[in-house]
Amino acid sequence: MELKATHDLHKRRFSRNLGVALTLVALIAVIFALTVVKVSRGDAMQGFDHAVRPELTTSEATQ
Amino acid sequence: MADLSVNKTRDYEPTFGDYFALLKPRVMSLVVFTALVGLLVAPASLHPVEAFAAILFIAVGAGASGALNMWWDADIDAVMRRTAGRPIPSGRVEPNEALAIGVGLSGLAVVMLALATNLFAAGMLAFTIFFYAVVYTMWLKRWTPQNIVIGGAAGAFPPMIGWAAATGGVSVEAALMFALIFMWTPPHFWALALFVRTDYGDAGVPMLTVTHGNKATRRHILAYTFLLAPIALWLAMTPIAGPVTLIVAIAMNAWFLKGAFDIWRRDEASAEADNFKAEKSFFRVSLIYLFAHFTALLLDAGLRAGGLI
Repeated sequence: MELKATHDLHKRRFSRNLGVALTLVALIAVIFALTVVKVSRGDAMQGFDHAVRPELTTSEATQ
Repeated sequence: MADLSVNKTRDYEPTFGDYFALLKPRVMSLVVFTALVGLLVAPASLHPVEAFAAILFIAVGAGASGALNMWWDADIDAVMRRTAGRPIPSGRVEPNEALAIGVGLSGLAVVMLALATNLFAAGMLAFTIFFYAVVYTMWLKRWTPQNIVIGGAAGAFPPMIGWAAATGGVSVEAALMFALIFMWTPPHFWALALFVRTDYGDAGVPMLTVTHGNKATRRHILAYTFLLAPIALWLAMTPIAGPVTLIVAIAMNAWFLKGAFDIWRRDEASAEADNFKAEKSFFRVSLIYLFAHFTALLLDAGLRAGGLI
């Protein structure tokens, strides 16, 4: 079956699709900005990941 | 073919705005405002990007619970004049779409709030969504005339979540901001129910006006307004408040109490005679009441930051 480049449906849905696209771009921008802030501040970038990792805990000597 | 039914065309193609309307933008604006105040008056500060993300995802979570509410309540929304134009009862959006948007955005908002701020704030947001969508919408709204009282808690959480996003916990001040909205909600909605009472009756929602009559509702409005005043004054005396909040609390509560007293004194005949003038006026004052208290807290925080108090 031949694929049509545009269909009436595409035209009718254009504004909605544009809205979704812009929302997703905005979400990406927010996540990127959050990442920049947290990484540049040096927040913890590793978690325990289901296994105990003593190197992530603060030792009593440093408290 | 039956399995191609997914391709059937609709008479009306929903716009982005139709889906956005599912999030109850007007309610969301109140959530944004109160959560922002909770976040800004807290004794801890977030990076502006984190604060922006926190408010954004609290608002998305509130919107998601609004979509779930519209999905569940589509049948009664169709009966009431005030809500008949909402996306689902008017046929612009399918109920399943609202459910998918509500569930999807709830998950997104909670996870993103946890990543942007902390798990405690995200847990509170998840609880708020659950409370509004399940406890209020599914369990209480059609069952008890106290629906507004308990459902009001859902609307009262945002400043606490904002506070939790900044500090990682809650305190007396955050609890008082919660209590202020919690106690304010019943008189606000009952005043509305007094002058649009036929709508709730037609929909079979057990509003106090429907189950106990207007006289009892007038008494309840006065009682809750009396209970609200000490909370507002207590909040005005906490370390997050200041002279602006104290002046606003004294003036607004006097004004609000006078309105509640006027409503209590009236009978139905005089209310019908002037087309519910006192009730409509009290409703308008209730909107100013909440806005004024939270703006005052913000102003005091500004004065404090500027070293003026």
